[in-house]
Amino acid sequence: MKTRKLLSLTALALLTAGLHLFTVLSGTQFYLTQLTMAAYYGLVVIGLGVMMGYAGQISIGHAGFFAIGGYLSAALTTNDLTPFLAPGLIRWLDRVGLLVHGQDIFGDPLMTVSPWAACLSAVTVTALIALLIGGPVLKLRGHYLAMATLGFGIIVYRIFLASPFFGEADGISEVPGFQLLPATGLLGPVIISGDAAHRVLNYYLAWGVLLLGMALLLNLIDSRAGRALRSLHSSEEAAEAFGIDTARCKVQVFVLSAIYAALAGSLLTHFNGGIGPGEASVMKSVRYVALVAVGGMTSLWGTLVMGVGLTFLSLRGVFGSYDDVVFGVILIAVMLFAPEGVLRGLFGRALQRFLPGRQT
Amino acid sequence: MTLELFFQYLFAGITYGSLYAIVAIGFNIIYNTTGIINFAQGEFVMLGGMISISLLQFMPLGAAIAVAVLITMLIGAAIEMLFIRWLVHPSVLRLVIITIGISILLRESALHIWGESIRSLPYFYGNEITTFSLGSVNISPQVIWVILACAVMMVGLNIFFRSTPIGREMRACAANRTAALLCGVNTRNMVTLSFMLSAGIGALAGCVMSPITYTQYDSGASLAIKGFTVAILGGLGNSMAAVAAGLLLGIIEAFSVTVVPLAFQDAVTITILLIILFVRPHGIFGSSEAARLKDF
Amino acid sequence: MNTRTSQQEPMLLLEKVNKQFGGLQAINNVGFTVQPGCIKAVIGPNGAGKTTLFNLIAGNIPVSSGTIIFQGQEIRGKKSHEIARMGMSRTFQNIKLFHGMTALECVMVGRHTRSCAGFLAGMLSLPWTWQEERAIRSRSMELLEMLEIADLAGTEVSSLAFGQQRAVEMARALAAEPDLLLLDEPAAGLNIYETAEVARLITAIRDMGITVLLVEHDMSLVMDVSDEIVVLSFGSKVAEDIPANIQKNAEVIKIYLGEDETV
Repeated sequence: MKTRKLLSLTALALLTAGLHLFTVLSGTQFYLTQLTMAAYYGLVVIGLGVMMGYAGQISIGHAGFFAIGGYLSAALTTNDLTPFLAPGLIRWLDRVGLLVHGQDIFGDPLMTVSPWAACLSAVTVTALIALLIGGPVLKLRGHYLAMATLGFGIIVYRIFLASPFFGEADGISEVPGFQLLPATGLLGPVIISGDAAHRVLNYYLAWGVLLLGMALLLNLIDSRAGRALRSLHSSEEAAEAFGIDTARCKVQVFVLSAIYAALAGSLLTHFNGGIGPGEASVMKSVRYVALVAVGGMTSLWGTLVMGVGLTFLSLRGVFGSYDDVVFGVILIAVMLFAPEGVLRGLFGRALQRFLPGRQT
Repeated sequence: MTLELFFQYLFAGITYGSLYAIVAIGFNIIYNTTGIINFAQGEFVMLGGMISISLLQFMPLGAAIAVAVLITMLIGAAIEMLFIRWLVHPSVLRLVIITIGISILLRESALHIWGESIRSLPYFYGNEITTFSLGSVNISPQVIWVILACAVMMVGLNIFFRSTPIGREMRACAANRTAALLCGVNTRNMVTLSFMLSAGIGALAGCVMSPITYTQYDSGASLAIKGFTVAILGGLGNSMAAVAAGLLLGIIEAFSVTVVPLAFQDAVTITILLIILFVRPHGIFGSSEAARLKDF
Repeated sequence: MNTRTSQQEPMLLLEKVNKQFGGLQAINNVGFTVQPGCIKAVIGPNGAGKTTLFNLIAGNIPVSSGTIIFQGQEIRGKKSHEIARMGMSRTFQNIKLFHGMTALECVMVGRHTRSCAGFLAGMLSLPWTWQEERAIRSRSMELLEMLEIADLAGTEVSSLAFGQQRAVEMARALAAEPDLLLLDEPAAGLNIYETAEVARLITAIRDMGITVLLVEHDMSLVMDVSDEIVVLSFGSKVAEDIPANIQKNAEVIKIYLGEDETV
C-alpha cells in the first residue's frame, strides 16, 4: 500500500515534468500559466473531496474560504496600514520585520504587511472562521447542511462585494509577488508571481504544493483518523459506538479543507496579482462541488485529475460563454448516471486498482 | 421614524414578504410529496417574469401572464420527468446536487436567451409614480396587486388541497407515500404535479412582482435562499406558517435598512437563516418531536 | 439475585430507568444489574422496549429519569463515544457496517479506542504511527481469523453475504476489547447452523473475560448461553431469573403464548 502511494505520487511528479517538457517541445509554454492556476484550484478541490467524499459532508460555500484567504492576503499586502493601526503597533510590527515599505502610484509612502505574514494570517483567520462556524453548521445534515454552507458562502460574497477595504466590485489588484526565499548564491529568488520570467518556477511551485497536499491527504485517509472520517459517512451512530467523536471529526475535516482552500486562494492571488468578488460567488462553490463529484466522491486521484483537467480547460476558455453551463451539465449528468464518479463509471474497478487511496 | 415612513417600510415588507411566502410554499409543496428541497425554486420565479415580459410583445398583459405561468408549469413538469422521476432511492446529497445543477441550467439558459439586461413588466395599473392614499400613507397599486395575487393563490391552494380529489391524493402522498401507493394513488404523477404546481405559483409570483423588483437572469438564487429561510422559519412543510414567517421576514428585512446598509440586506436574511438552523431547525412554529422523525 | 451480597461491583447497574417518547412510556421503571463475567439476556415480545433499552445504555438517547451506572460511573450526560471509551462496545440489530470500507478496515475502526494517532499525526504519517498501524492491523486480522472470515479481509463489506456481515460486526465489536459487550439480536436472520455457531462464540467471548448483555428473539439460543435472563413486556420488567426458572415462570409463558385460547 505504501509503495503504491509512493508510486502514484511519483507518477504525478513525472506528469508535472512531462507536461512542462510537452509545452517546451510544442512551443506552448503559455499553457504553463493556466496549468499553474489549475493546480491551485486543484488544491481546493482535493481538500473539499476529502470532506465530501470521505466524510460525507457537503459544503456549497468553499469559494468563501478560498476568497477569505485570497482577499486577506491581497488586502494586507496592498492596503496602506497607517490609517488602520495605532502608530505604536505599526512601529512594533515594523521592528519584528513583518512590514514592507513601498510607494503607491502617486509616490506616497505605503506601509503594508509582508506576504509571508499576510499569507500565514490569512490561512490562520480562515481556519479560525471554519472552526467557529464548523461546530454549529456540521450538526446539520442533508438539505440543511447544504443550505447553511450556501448561506455562509453568500454572506462572504456580500461582505467582500460591499466593503471598500476589499475594493468592492473591482476587487483588489496590484498584489505584489510573494517572495518565498531570497536569492542565494547562483539561484535567483523564489517568488510567486505571474511575471513571465518566473513562469516555469511558478509552475513547479504550484504543482509541488499540490503534490504535497495530495500526499498529506492520502496519508490521512489511510490513517486512524481517516478511517474515523470514513466511518461517520455511512453511520454516525456506529462510529460513535466505537469511540469516535463524530462532531469533532467533522469539524477537523472542515477546518482542514478550509485551510486548503485558503492557502490556494492566498497563493493564487499572489500569482494572479489580484482577486475579485467573483472568486467568492456561489457559482464557484458549486463548481468545486461539481469537480469533486465528477472525479468520483471517494477517489482522491479522480478528483485531482478531473479537478485540474477541467479547470485548465475552463481557464483556457474552451467552454466559451457556456463555462457555467458546462459545470451545471457535468453536475447533473454525473449525479444522474454515475454518482460514483466518471472515472469509476467508465472504467470500473480495473482503473481503481491502479489508483490507491482506499484499498487495504 | 415618522409614522408615514413606518408604513412605507411596513408595506414594502409585506409586499416582499408575500413573495417570500409564495417561494416558501413552492418549497413546501415539493418537499411534502418528495422530501426534496428544490434548489431551483427561485428560478421558477425568474422564468415566470422573463417569459411574460417576452410574451407581452404578442398579447395583452393578462394573457401573457397566463401563458407564462403555463409554460413555466410545463418546464417544471419536464424537469421532474427528466431528472427526478426515474431515480431509484437517490440519496439526499445526490438530489441536492441535481437540483442545484438544474438551477444553474435554468439560470444560464435565461442568460443566453434574455442576456444580462434587467427587465420588468409594466405596472398593471398606472405607472411607477401612481399612488393612492390610505390615510396618510401613499401606496402603489402594484402592492395591492401583489398582496391580492398571493392571497388568491393561498386560498386557491387551500381549496385545491382540501376539496379536490387530486389535491387529496397529493396530501395522501405527502402523509405516507407507500400507503398512498397501496391505495391506488399514482404517486409518481403526484410528484410531477407538485413540481408543476410549485413552478406555477412561483411563476405567477414572478409576474406580479416584476414591476416592483425587476427581473434579471440571476435573480432566482437570492429568492431561493430567502424562500428557504421562510420555509424553515415556519417549519418545513407547513404552508400556513410559511405565510406568517414570510411576512415576518419581509418586514424584518424592510426595517433592517434603517440600521444596516442596503448592500448587507441579503446578509441579514442569511444570518437569520443560520441562527434559525442552529437554534431551532424545526422552525419557530414547528415541533421538535415531529422534526426528529423526518429524514433530513 | 441480590446485588448487596455479591462481592464485586456490578459491571452495569440500571435503577428505575424510564423513557418516554412524547406520551408513550417506552421503558417503565426498569432496573437490573449485570455482574462482571456473566452473560445476561434481555428478552420480550416485539415492542417490549429491548432496543430502546440498548440505546439508553449505549448513550444514543437520554433517559427520562432513573440512573444507569457503568463501571461505577453514571452515564447520564455522557455522549455515546465517551461511553464507548469507558469500555463498552456493541453490535446492531440491523447491521451498521461502514460502507465503502473493506472488512479489515471496518474491524480496524473497532480499535479506535485502543489507539491514539490523531489527525495531524495521520496526515504527516509520523514514524511512531506506523507501529501503531501495524498493531491495529495485526490484531484486527487475528479477530477475522478467529471468526473464520480472514479470507474476506480485503472485500468491501457491502458485497459480503448477510452472515459474513454479522461476523464482521462481531469482530469489530471485539476489536475494541470491551469490558461490556452489547449484542443486539446477533442471531437475527441466521440459519440454525449459524445460530449454533453464534452460541459457541458468545460463550467463548464470555470466557475471554468479557461481560455480555444480549437481546435476542431466538429462545433456544438465549436458554443455551445466558447465565441470567430479564424479561420485558410493554417496557416493564416482568421477571429476572436463571434460564431454568424463566422457562417455568407462568407470567413469562403468558406473555409469549397469550392469555389463553379464548382471547
